[in-house]
Amino acid sequence: MPTKIEKDVYTGKDTTGHEWDGIKELDTPLPKWWINVWLVCIAFAAVYVVLYPSIPLGTTYFKGVLGWSSTGAVAQSVAAMNARHAADMKRIGQLPIMQVTADPKLKEVALQAGRIAFAENCQPCHGPAGTGRVGYPPLDTNFWLWGGTLPDIQRIIMYGIRSGDAKAHESQMPAFGHDGILKPDQVVLVSNYVATLFGIEKPGPTTAAGEKIFEDNCAACHGTKGQGNQSIGAPPLESRVHLYGDSLAAIEYQVNTPRAGVMPAWHTRLDPATINSLAIYVHSLGGGE
Amino acid sequence: MRLPISQSFIERNAIVLLIATLITVAIGGLVEVVPLFTIQTTVVKVPGIRPYSPLELLGRQIYVREGCYLCHSQQIRNLRDEVTRYGHPSIAAESMYDHPFQWGSKRIGPDLARVGGKYSNDWMYQHLKAPRSLVPESIMPDFAFLARNRLNTKELIAAMQTNIDLGVPYTKGDLKNAQADLAAQADPNADHSGLLLRYPKAMVVQGQGGRVTELDALVAYLQILGRMVDFTDPAVEHALAAQGGK
Repeated sequence: MPTKIEKDVYTGKDTTGHEWDGIKELDTPLPKWWINVWLVCIAFAAVYVVLYPSIPLGTTYFKGVLGWSSTGAVAQSVAAMNARHAADMKRIGQLPIMQVTADPKLKEVALQAGRIAFAENCQPCHGPAGTGRVGYPPLDTNFWLWGGTLPDIQRIIMYGIRSGDAKAHESQMPAFGHDGILKPDQVVLVSNYVATLFGIEKPGPTTAAGEKIFEDNCAACHGTKGQGNQSIGAPPLESRVHLYGDSLAAIEYQVNTPRAGVMPAWHTRLDPATINSLAIYVHSLGGGE
Repeated sequence: MRLPISQSFIERNAIVLLIATLITVAIGGLVEVVPLFTIQTTVVKVPGIRPYSPLELLGRQIYVREGCYLCHSQQIRNLRDEVTRYGHPSIAAESMYDHPFQWGSKRIGPDLARVGGKYSNDWMYQHLKAPRSLVPESIMPDFAFLARNRLNTKELIAAMQTNIDLGVPYTKGDLKNAQADLAAQADPNADHSGLLLRYPKAMVVQGQGGRVTELDALVAYLQILGRMVDFTDPAVEHALAAQGGK
């Protein structure tokens, strides 16, 4: 490779002296603007290194004069977002829930916050706007397993149902059929009677026998007329809301091998203001007491 | 300045040029990676992190086998929208016993880093078997076949042993009780004291009378995700604060 630098006759510029198979290379300098951008980048990097976490120092690192960290930045960002309603949300979280709803402005904020939190956390089970699904109670009707007042709802959201939390609601219906408390024919009789309570079946000759079994075994929890008992989470049976299906077969299944739903405790996951907002939102869906 | 090897020498010897290029590129990578091995705050140790219980570990293998990571991430990034939706940002310690980690890079479905305990077991079973029965707009495939597949527990000890080789602190006792712990976690009526002593917060799943399915294992795994660390615990807060920065 010859290294003879010569002047190019067409451009008047020097060559680099490199030559491959007769092709020579012009020694054109990089454009000025390009060099300047490069220098600015270097200067920017120098400033950045001083301001932000940068140089590793063995077991630690230089944290930068701004003290910036990504975890700190996200906390600030969330705080800035919440700042608009910070005062209201703080009061929603701290005041007794009945006082929150007494203040129209606070209630409005709580309803908005509750609606958003519901869509992310509650809707997957209870359905959009709390319409309920098989196995998951509706929240928009006057059908409450454990009570439908604001404090009731607030408590259920906080501690859940059969969630394993110490303050969770607990109850367990005996497996009347599976455990042999009732004989198979008795299960059929009592299921038929329950079905007549809300009109799936018409009363017939066996209804009285079913009613007797009901009074002996079921009325203690579900009430003599099947009106339910919220203090132990026994569902009302005379209503047309059915957690596990709306048919005679579904009733028989439940008498034989009862299912009992689990609701998680949310106080470990959501802050008090969000929980109160959710309670107020759920209460507003149509069934609040 | 006169270099010991001249430019024209390097340019005319392909192997020398190759080696010199490799060295130059490697410097760029090493500068980024090596400090993470020495800086102590790379993985902030916090109370609560424990190895997976046997059932969770096998459930995790189902998760990997079915490619759940292709649609679900397990990392809540330090971004406002993620923190408000999913909860506390993921910390490195939460995946320190994951080999390999399941951070993922796609979110066709939601992030699962803190899905544990968010839904009841019943919901998890139903949703995995038939997602659209609970979430009509879901495009997740049905995984009902997992409920029919008996869980293969033959390789449990080998799987734990491999994890030990990779630095997961399973003890001799953990290995000895592994099969019993697995059976207990899939049986609501069993004695869970030993299981919960070795694996606190482990969630007991349905099982089907001694028959443990792949679905049971997967639910057990999903139900522990993000629950090991209690971020309201002052000790955790303290450990994270020591990480530095405002």
